[in-house]
Amino acid sequence: MNMINRALRWLFFAIIIKPIVKLVIGLRYQNKPILPEDGPALIIANHNSHLDTMVLISLLPLKVLHKVQPVAAADYFLKNKFIAWFALNIIGILPIERQSERQTRSPVEQCAEALQQGKILIFFPEGSRGQPETMSELKYGVVKLAEKCPQVPLYPIYMHGLGKSLPKGDALLVPFFCDVVFSEPMHFQPNLFDQVKARFEQMQSSVKLPKWD
Amino acid sequence: MFFDISSLQPVTQVFGSLFVLLLVATLVSFMLSRSKPQTDYSELTQRINSWWIMMGVFALSLYMGPMVTILMFAMLSFIALKEYFSMTPTRLVDRRVLFWAYVTIPLQYYFISIGWYGMFIIFIPVYAFLFIPFRMVLAGETKNYLRAVGNIHWGLMLTVFTLSHLAYLVMLPNEAEVKNLMVSGSGAALLLYLVLLTQLNDVSQYVWGKLFGKHKIAPAISPNKTREGLIGGVLTTGLLAMALAETLTPMLWWHGLLVGLGIGIAGFIGDVSLSAIKRDIGIKDCGQLIPGHGGILDRLDSLTFTAPLFFHVIRYCYY
Repeated sequence: MNMINRALRWLFFAIIIKPIVKLVIGLRYQNKPILPEDGPALIIANHNSHLDTMVLISLLPLKVLHKVQPVAAADYFLKNKFIAWFALNIIGILPIERQSERQTRSPVEQCAEALQQGKILIFFPEGSRGQPETMSELKYGVVKLAEKCPQVPLYPIYMHGLGKSLPKGDALLVPFFCDVVFSEPMHFQPNLFDQVKARFEQMQSSVKLPKWD
Repeated sequence: MFFDISSLQPVTQVFGSLFVLLLVATLVSFMLSRSKPQTDYSELTQRINSWWIMMGVFALSLYMGPMVTILMFAMLSFIALKEYFSMTPTRLVDRRVLFWAYVTIPLQYYFISIGWYGMFIIFIPVYAFLFIPFRMVLAGETKNYLRAVGNIHWGLMLTVFTLSHLAYLVMLPNEAEVKNLMVSGSGAALLLYLVLLTQLNDVSQYVWGKLFGKHKIAPAISPNKTREGLIGGVLTTGLLAMALAETLTPMLWWHGLLVGLGIGIAGFIGDVSLSAIKRDIGIKDCGQLIPGHGGILDRLDSLTFTAPLFFHVIRYCYY
């Protein structure tokens, strides 16, 4: 990443995204924040909106911004030249190839490599955004990645409200508060998949706010 | 324009006493937590710290002139409406309706800033009331329609219409003059009078209730509200209103007493009516923006009732 893109990325988050996240949307921490101070680390979160990534990056201090990489689908974000430039350099995504037929590199290996370089990866175990404010079935990729990097801590974070503010398929932002639940970091263990599932269910049930009528 | 101290002299006096009052409260809570380390006073300390911040923001916005005061209340309305929409059930198809609901905030406060009383007073109850169902019909979903349209308009009335009366107070007594000179004088004093009495009414009802509370008033809605707390609080507010009437308002002392008693009762009703909503939804607080107090709505609930009533009494009887 060259210096200009890095500076642009910093400015984009410091001047545009953080103020929007804090003033227009507004975050409500449901408990004390538990966040990685430095890489390597893996943040796993539920996924309902494009805003999820923005909020998760805003939670972290700007001084580690250059290490943060949201894991995102190459086929979706590298569609055209401008979006690709924006996704790669400003949002700073780690593009992975979802379709297994055309895969040249395994997504798990790509992520593991980034973690070895000390990156803080943002990973959505559900895969795609799905229906507003509902969690879809978790995919197994997160366990494979954790198995590959057993020393890297996993920070589960649950967000509520962003699926209302900016759901899939809509471009108009309507402000709702975003409730954020943090959880103790996890490490690889044989039954990690069930543990992650249980942890998200527990975090989800701690937010007692209405979803949709 | 900014920091026009001379026209705000009575306001400064009252803020001075409030400063001393809060300083005493801070010292007392500090000594309490020192002398009884086994009891947890963190919530009390948190509450008092939040009072410092709220008083500071309020004072600063008053001294910075009427436009800054209006802008601050527009922000408060925005946060309050966002809290309201975040805690009540809304429908996915109404996302664009909710967006328009937010748009009423800059418009309503713009009408205030230009001193257009006629529009300020009918914009939400008439135009927004008619526009919202129109926009909802365009979306075409009838399931839970009545509940949704009622919910959205009630939220607008509560967080935009009633609260904007606070902002209009700074335009009194003569909108054109305030707009041209950009100086708030007696209007700012009225605003301080109302906010101070409403907030102290909350505190004194709480304290009287804690000390002497026995007979519950509305156990199903708010179990901590007692007859003793209500009566003690209303009387305290009445006396304070009487004492401050001639400093901050055009009222005679005994008018102030009557208005103060009214503020005490209206504040109580505002508080309980929001409690009923919270109980209906099944939440304790509307948010957590203000440490120790809850959300913005938890702090402004009494003002949603006292603000329009006080505003119209003053405007009708004195200007």
